[in-house]
Amino acid sequence: MSLVIVSHSKQLGEGLVKLLRQLAPGVDIHEAAGLGDELGTDATAIMAALQQCPNTHDILVFFDLGSAAMNAEMALELAPPSVAVRTRIVDAPLVEGAVAAAVAARSQLPLDDVIQQAEAARTMHKMLG
Amino acid sequence: MLTLETLQAFIQAYAARLAELCTVLDDLDNRIGDGDHGTNMARGFRTAADRITGETFADLGALCQAVAMALLASVGGASGPLYATVFMRFAQSWKDCTNVDFEQVARGLASACEGLRARGKAEVGEKTLLDVWTPASEALAAQPDENGMRAAVASATKAALASRDIPATKGRAAYLGERSVGTCDPGSISSAVFFEELADATVGGVTKTSWQT
Repeated sequence: MSLVIVSHSKQLGEGLVKLLRQLAPGVDIHEAAGLGDELGTDATAIMAALQQCPNTHDILVFFDLGSAAMNAEMALELAPPSVAVRTRIVDAPLVEGAVAAAVAARSQLPLDDVIQQAEAARTMHKMLG
Repeated sequence: MLTLETLQAFIQAYAARLAELCTVLDDLDNRIGDGDHGTNMARGFRTAADRITGETFADLGALCQAVAMALLASVGGASGPLYATVFMRFAQSWKDCTNVDFEQVARGLASACEGLRARGKAEVGEKTLLDVWTPASEALAAQPDENGMRAAVASATKAALASRDIPATKGRAAYLGERSVGTCDPGSISSAVFFEELADATVGGVTKTSWQT
């Protein structure tokens, strides 16, 4: 399984990937973040990130804000069907969702469970007690 | 009639107009969104205009596809995939044609509206560019000739101004909801300008609105 992080911010995307790699070493993680030095997302960069994932992997895409989802969908339409068919865009909070997915993927949970854990991050409480 | 030359001229004119309106659109977006609509649109259409300058295209389909790909990699915000969708729909509608009449233009615009609805998961009345694209396209479909093109501009302008009174439920402005009332939707304004420039390139003599915040 591979994760692709889509963010408007290069720093946010790179920072999250670094965090995920620490939490879930060995999980294949890529980012498509920022538009050059500007804030933004780029469907062609997302498509390139999808194509970097090994061709046997399912791919989960996480995104930060609305138009990043639109560009992710666009990338899926532009990508070869063999890539698109293995790809799911996950509707989850970017950081918590990607962390949950990375940890679940590291534990080699099945795809649907990984997605379910990522989506569950939406209602997870972070303050103890 | 829309030809390879007029469509290229339209892209150049629209890019120039967006550069002029960049601050106005950014200011509007600053009030209800993230303040970059003008910058994003101006950058995207400048990239598209530069991409097609000095190039020859076999047909309108190839030209529209080139514009779509340039926009996709350069706009950055929601307008990128939305306008890329518009030009991909144009490319499908006008494939293998070097010129199209106003009926075909109307069909291309109707297909673009369909694409915008699907891409943005939006409906008319949610303070998005669809509020402008829909009535403007319908105006041309109802009267697919030069006067219809002018009627499309009038519909677009009216709808863009009316966006001031609508609360946003889609896009970044939806975070503001009712507080977005009182500010025109910048995406609706840039869409009205799209129709002004498209009409000016195809039929000429269009009076252009002096858009202000």
